[in-house]
Amino acid sequence: MRRLFAFTALIALAAPALARAEDVPSQTLKIALREDADALDPSLGRSYVGRIVFASMCDKLFDINDKLEVVPQLATSYAWEDPKTLRIELRPGVKFQDGTEMDAEAVKYSLMRHLTMQGSARRGEISTLESVEVTGPRTVKLHLKAPTSPLIAQLTDRAGMIVSPKAAEAEGKDFALHPVCAGPFKFVERVPQDHIILERFADYWDAKDIHFARVIFQPIVDSTARLANLRSGAVDLDEWVIPSDVPAVKADPKLQLLTSPGLGYQSINFNLAHGPRAAGPISKDARVRRAFELAIDRDALSQVVFNGLLTPTAQAVQQGSPFYAKSVQPKPRDLAAAKKLLAEAGVKTPVTVTVNVPNSPEIIQVMEVVQAMVGEAGFDLKLNTMEFATSLDAADRGDFEAYMIQWSGRTDADGNLWNFVHTGGPLNYPAYSNPDVDHALEAARATTDIPTRAALYEKVAQQQEADLPILYLYGLRNLVGVSKKVVGYVPVPDGIVRLQGVTLAK
Amino acid sequence: MFATIARRAAQALPTLLLVSVLVFLLQQAMPGDPASILAGEDQNPILIAQIRHELLLDRSLPVQYFHWLGGVLHGDFGISWRNRSPIAGLILTKLPVTLQLGSMAFIIAVLVGIPSGIVAAVGRNTWWDHLANAIGLAGLSTPNFWLGIMLILLVSVHLGWLPPSGYVSLAEDWRQSLATTIMPAFVLGNAIAAVLMRHTRSAMLTALDQDYVRTARAKGLSEWRVVLRHALRNALIPVVTLGALELGTLFAGAVLTEQVFTIPGFGKLVVDAVFNRDYPVVQGVVLVTATLTILLNLAADLLYVAINPRLRNG
Repeated sequence: MRRLFAFTALIALAAPALARAEDVPSQTLKIALREDADALDPSLGRSYVGRIVFASMCDKLFDINDKLEVVPQLATSYAWEDPKTLRIELRPGVKFQDGTEMDAEAVKYSLMRHLTMQGSARRGEISTLESVEVTGPRTVKLHLKAPTSPLIAQLTDRAGMIVSPKAAEAEGKDFALHPVCAGPFKFVERVPQDHIILERFADYWDAKDIHFARVIFQPIVDSTARLANLRSGAVDLDEWVIPSDVPAVKADPKLQLLTSPGLGYQSINFNLAHGPRAAGPISKDARVRRAFELAIDRDALSQVVFNGLLTPTAQAVQQGSPFYAKSVQPKPRDLAAAKKLLAEAGVKTPVTVTVNVPNSPEIIQVMEVVQAMVGEAGFDLKLNTMEFATSLDAADRGDFEAYMIQWSGRTDADGNLWNFVHTGGPLNYPAYSNPDVDHALEAARATTDIPTRAALYEKVAQQQEADLPILYLYGLRNLVGVSKKVVGYVPVPDGIVRLQGVTLAK
Repeated sequence: MFATIARRAAQALPTLLLVSVLVFLLQQAMPGDPASILAGEDQNPILIAQIRHELLLDRSLPVQYFHWLGGVLHGDFGISWRNRSPIAGLILTKLPVTLQLGSMAFIIAVLVGIPSGIVAAVGRNTWWDHLANAIGLAGLSTPNFWLGIMLILLVSVHLGWLPPSGYVSLAEDWRQSLATTIMPAFVLGNAIAAVLMRHTRSAMLTALDQDYVRTARAKGLSEWRVVLRHALRNALIPVVTLGALELGTLFAGAVLTEQVFTIPGFGKLVVDAVFNRDYPVVQGVVLVTATLTILLNLAADLLYVAINPRLRNG
């Protein structure tokens, strides 16, 4: 009995020490990225993988969760005082990685930096911002030029990242080489194209949820090599498994595949009025485009190319979003109806259409299946494969009849629609213009009421379904390959890797 | 010797200038607008205009070229358009990596290629010869990236012997450095070994038929002495030329091999730069590569003299 007591006492004495030892994590997590990040400055960053690195380094005013809800991060709450004034309350006791305090002045500094800095990629995202007013040590008011409800969504991404004013002033143009933010890990070193090392920031406001001493990001461009690295244990997480590698991940007892529906989509843009190439029947007549759509079996496409992993869709907004238009569903394949539409349009078959396709094996395969499907309805689809930068250039110049392009997606519906279908939008390659669509998009920006906005976006989706400037094929899906040792990883639709609450079993 | 070096250096300058103009023009001919690639997915027109202005893309070609050249002459290669790192720094960190990989590959190629060429020539039409030929043919016809992926799957994934990536420098940890570079060096060296083997074999066959070899044999020298001291020494001259030429292949092969094994070297730097339309990086890398190629050719010329005394004072 005495011995038992002594043993218990020993445990009781040792427990705090053990707990302390556990408090300071010692493990390293290695993450493979599909390409190298670009500039590591939240004002300058433009690449998708850069956002994955930022998520571990730079907290934002708000974040989104796996249900696409806006949740507080550096802010604790927000309120619209009127449609042009947004009040944001900040979290107390937050420190930047250089030890300085994150307060209202720092928020004002960062937002104005995003807005005015030379080369800022954020300017367009928050161009509605007129001024930032500091109304208390932890309160700011954002004054807008016009009512802009999607601003909150912008603040869940890089535009909402707050940098240390002291470090930004000291580093000037070199801030991207030594970024300092208020996130869970601080920047240690970067060798471009090789690795980015981050180290746990002990004074992080949510440090209890961070269980790694270090995170190493490793760009591995070749998908087969990336998978081999994951399988051999050289990395713990592959943020981008390609669909054809899914069976290999599933077959490996050491690995797990975590998926979530993505925010983006794959689409075919038709050139409606963008230069001289908009002269063919597919450009001139919506019935021809609808016939093209009816000839495609999206389910079969997903089965053949993606093992059924991708969700067929007929709109820009993906399922799970409050702005998803339930009334707009992908149509089942109907060859007879397609042929009838072509006859009504009075076009001579086969209708020849040339589609520009970025040079990726998977996308080419998709288009080959589409080619066979629409061929049966009376289309002669020619694939013009080209390197991505070249295809973008051709699209800008209007040098295309149809263009296969992917959009990674944004949390707010506005981010998936405005630039693509509003008259004159920078990504409106088809040169589509419909006053009803423009009005609906403008009205949706001007209100913060979600049901009202949803109704407006539904109208946009229905009008697009009829006009078909963009044929949406399927929604993207995030396929993350993870070692079974990784516990607690929650995939979020934006595909960004968040490490809060994630642990690595020994 | 010094005169040779000085003359060659003087010849190199216009070559390098020409190379830099050519690369500059070739990049202009490449479709795709760097500003729109740099602007990212959103393609914000304000941002694109701003980038174009900042990078002088809105100025005439000669202005752009001389701006770049002026920087280079002052030792400033500029900064990467994509990740804002200074290019001189990028080159200095990546060049030693590719040099290490290239040297290892070349050592492997020489150690495998030349002895097997000798064995094949000496044992002409024996099964040694056929075996060496078969291996040589396989080495020549196997694509680098395929062999790389297969090696990773076998050695790293199934056997777990070597890491599939994670390069560290020799100075940091030489064991780990060798562990991460031996597979790519083998892949890279393999094709060159095959070329060296075939050329050594044919050069040796020619040399072994020469009169001086018959004389050496007639003097009663041992066969290995005849082969190594008399035949090989003469046979090596074309092989050295070829070796210097193959260094170009080595750099080209490094492009794919580094991509597969995630080696942060020159090849990877230039591929990523081309796809991202990161022009100053491409120009910097090409200029340094051209300089290296010229230097290596010069080294090969000096090596001939060392190997073959007949070329001295010639």
